[in-house]
Amino acid sequence: MKKFLSWGYLILILAFVYVPILVLVVYSFTDSTVVGKWSGFSLELYKDLFTGERIRKTIINTVVLALISASLSTILGTLGAIGIFYNKKLLGKFVKNANHIPVINAEIVTAISLALVFALLGIGRSYFALLIGHVVICAPFVVLSVIPKLKQMDGSLYEAALDLGASPFQALTKVVIPEILPGIISGFLLAITLSLDDYMISAYTKPTTFDTISTYVYNAVKNQNHSDLPALRALSAIIFFIMVIAVIVRNVSATKSLKNKKEI
Amino acid sequence: MKKEKSADPSGSAKQKKSAFRFNRGQLCIPYGLFLALFVIFPLLLIIYYAFTAKDGSFTFGNFIWFFSSPSMLYNLGISILIGLTTTVICLLLGYPVAYILSRFPERRRGILLLLFIMPMWINFVLRALAMREILDLFGMLGKYNFLNTIIGMVYDYLPFMILPLYTTLIKMDKSLEEAALDLGAGKAKVFTSVTLPLSLPGIISGITMVFMPTMTCYVISGTFSNNKVTIIGKLIETWFGTGDNWHYGSVIALVLLIIMFLSTLIEGKFSDDKLATRGTNL
Repeated sequence: MKKFLSWGYLILILAFVYVPILVLVVYSFTDSTVVGKWSGFSLELYKDLFTGERIRKTIINTVVLALISASLSTILGTLGAIGIFYNKKLLGKFVKNANHIPVINAEIVTAISLALVFALLGIGRSYFALLIGHVVICAPFVVLSVIPKLKQMDGSLYEAALDLGASPFQALTKVVIPEILPGIISGFLLAITLSLDDYMISAYTKPTTFDTISTYVYNAVKNQNHSDLPALRALSAIIFFIMVIAVIVRNVSATKSLKNKKEI
Repeated sequence: MKKEKSADPSGSAKQKKSAFRFNRGQLCIPYGLFLALFVIFPLLLIIYYAFTAKDGSFTFGNFIWFFSSPSMLYNLGISILIGLTTTVICLLLGYPVAYILSRFPERRRGILLLLFIMPMWINFVLRALAMREILDLFGMLGKYNFLNTIIGMVYDYLPFMILPLYTTLIKMDKSLEEAALDLGAGKAKVFTSVTLPLSLPGIISGITMVFMPTMTCYVISGTFSNNKVTIIGKLIETWFGTGDNWHYGSVIALVLLIIMFLSTLIEGKFSDDKLATRGTNL
């Protein structure tokens, strides 16, 4: 009975989470302007998605921006994390605390504060400003994913490398970095997700003619310009399919590794 | 242990050590400069704008304007109400999910958790749009603006509540619950006096993940209420955009900063370490 209730509750919440997404996925296969009106099976929306000049450009912009800002955040954040970990002085403490601010601050406050600075510096709305903005919200999460790995690392490894004749730079790149690599990778992936998901920072720093998926969708809804919205159902469906594949791959590999362990 | 090492009498080792420590510590300089220029300095600018008039002179006028304007205070109240309602609903819906998941065998719960947080990978505006279409389908859009806003917020932010709760609950020492059961506590008593207090750090961090964003995320309130529900984030947008008064916009941002600062102080009181010790002293 208890088990039944538990499963029932989980399924109920999963339905709340997935029904809207699944409805979008279903209605991505019909060429109808509104959800709920089925006008026969069609791949028209997918065609729109890949041939529509504006929407294709928007998707490419979003992905490229996410890759560049996540890479920059990963470099800056990893160096920052190592620095914080080994610098117990004022500088280390400052970086550690300042790193928390974008994490807990309301995004709108971060966004307008950046807009103020870029206006003051004469940079204004530009790709550079947009990039900096994305690094501001992504890098702190890289730092937060790398620091636990530094804590887990055997502290004497670095010293051992030095004693064996490695230069500090070699010890860092050949010993420390490989050791904390899982943290760096998960930080990078987190940074990509955050950048793809961002609306606020982009809205206040992007050049006026440039759009990310978030700003594009929000403006389309806000201006009641619904002609572009159906194609976005196809986009949501594609993201959903990628997610499902990722989960299946993960599930299969987890089962495999478990089996391997058992065999050993 | 580190202190012992630095007391190493061997001169060369000491020299080497201070040399590399200097190098490694220096690595945070680029990020430190970045944070100073693009995080700290921008916040100082907000404070500057909040305390100056359009001609650049020092003034408290912007604050007086904010706290004496009924419509500003009304919108602040609405934002807090929306933030609180969403947070409470997310907590009530999310706690049982996290609790049930944490009782599953290790392998299965990983996959199940993934199912709950996977929607976070879809762009949040697209995700909100999916829910909006459903409300539209039921004919609710345009009718129950406040309710729709809450539904949209809960839909988008529920995973952010489940994740920290789950992390705290799986880390919890289950033997404490067993001990309480053995000592004769009923199941309800075990939950209220062992499980719940021990999961407080997760609850607090879930609340901070949900409350501030929902108070300010005008993308959802705007699209779910057809711009009928105005929250505090929207006001900032208006003053920085069409309203064209950065000083008023900055005052509102500063009020939000103060709320954030106060909630961090409260959160600090319930920090992980203190609670862990409090828990084991039960």
